[in-house]
Amino acid sequence: MKKRILIPEVSPAILGFATVGGKREKEGPLGEAFDLIDTSDRFCKKTWEKAEAEMQRLSLCKALEKTGKKATELDAVFAGDLINQCAASIFGLVSFPAPFFGIFGACSTLTEGMILASLALQSPGFSLAAVVTSSHNCTAERQFRSPIEYGGQRSPTSQWTVTGAGAYLLSARPEAGAFARITALLPGIALDSGVTDSSNMGAAMAPAAADTFLAYFEENGERPEDFDRIVTGDLGEEGSSLFLEFLEQNGVRNVKNHEDCGALIYDRTRADVHSGGSGCGCAGTTLANRYLPLLQNGKMRRILFAATGALMNAASVQQGLSIPGIAHLVRLESPAAGKEEVWS
Amino acid sequence: MKFEKNNYKRYAKQHARRSPMGKNCLAAFLSGGAICAAGELLYHLFSGVFRFSEKESGLCVSLVLIFFAALFTGIGVFDKIAKHTGAGTLVPFTGFANAVASPAIDAKSEGYVLGVGAKMFTVAGPVLLYGTAAGAVWGLIFWLTARE
Repeated sequence: MKKRILIPEVSPAILGFATVGGKREKEGPLGEAFDLIDTSDRFCKKTWEKAEAEMQRLSLCKALEKTGKKATELDAVFAGDLINQCAASIFGLVSFPAPFFGIFGACSTLTEGMILASLALQSPGFSLAAVVTSSHNCTAERQFRSPIEYGGQRSPTSQWTVTGAGAYLLSARPEAGAFARITALLPGIALDSGVTDSSNMGAAMAPAAADTFLAYFEENGERPEDFDRIVTGDLGEEGSSLFLEFLEQNGVRNVKNHEDCGALIYDRTRADVHSGGSGCGCAGTTLANRYLPLLQNGKMRRILFAATGALMNAASVQQGLSIPGIAHLVRLESPAAGKEEVWS
Repeated sequence: MKFEKNNYKRYAKQHARRSPMGKNCLAAFLSGGAICAAGELLYHLFSGVFRFSEKESGLCVSLVLIFFAALFTGIGVFDKIAKHTGAGTLVPFTGFANAVASPAIDAKSEGYVLGVGAKMFTVAGPVLLYGTAAGAVWGLIFWLTARE
């Protein structure tokens, strides 16, 4: 069978990052870790769309500032969001003088971008790339669901789109102070879940997430317990339990170290987010806010991280099409782990 | 991974946590009933105190309910109430007023013509269209059968 894991010759280093969030995200368990917060969710802009674009701009500015890099040093920017035609990414990042790639992978955009950036960094001309993703609760509500002030009840399986943006700088060269290295890539295959209920996206993404992780375990012979954590993007409570059932059915039993960004980002007993968080900003901020600092200081040595996406639009749902899911996986290792053989 | 989507679709539906039907029904009954009782009080106010006719009083009750629903939508509290009351705020005039006011607020960012003007009835439009159409059909039946 065709191999799905790609081992990059040059393991890109995650040099730095910055995250931006809104009010609910600040109140969540990872609220303290955000670099920038605006509790009005407005970011000094008149429309929600402009606010989301501003979040992308701020996150990349801050990531460059924190790492001491200049925008002109960027060889490529891979960015995506949930607004039609990736509008938040383009309007947010148009002021950066760097080659721009707009990408769409729904909520899996973060790792889709990381895989593409890692591949680009294998070319001799590329040494520094940025991956930027964002979502805003109000732009997503407007586009996919009902008007923001509309009074309705949400189903228990529904998820809350995160107002958040994350920017990551990836370098082909090992540099001091890096947070993690990307040592393996597994691009996801879109899998039609058969689920037509757009308020149960966790269930729509769970099969694709399981497919990606199972492909990794099968091909590499490793097990979940070989990692500090295996992390999914935004399956939420509902999707996570279905995901673990899939692993169980396929012989990967007793997984105790699975975490889901959507289940972590909010305090679900207080925040009224039902099954958890979702959106590009969910995995897009949680990777930085929770996992990268732990990898840098060696408290975690290896994790598997797969952002998950539900691939649909408002028209496809109204036309009764089922929702395909996708999960792109990266293996992240602490810069301390295996330093001798790879970094010399 | 072996995967059969039709079986899974069924399983996912079965697996999903259900909405608390009993609690929702009770909340809807109490809140909807309270709104209707308030409407009844207003009716007596208009007909008893202001001496409006039956028709005028009914009209004024609708206007007051619509006004407050739109106001609460505008100041951002309607959705917070409706989250708990559900059909209780949806079924009376209040739900309809919210369904018109909320897209209008949203669409303001696209301007008053292509935004507010074009999108104001995206939620309530179907009710208006099919309500009017059903009224016309019923009118026709009534006209045909009411004649000797």
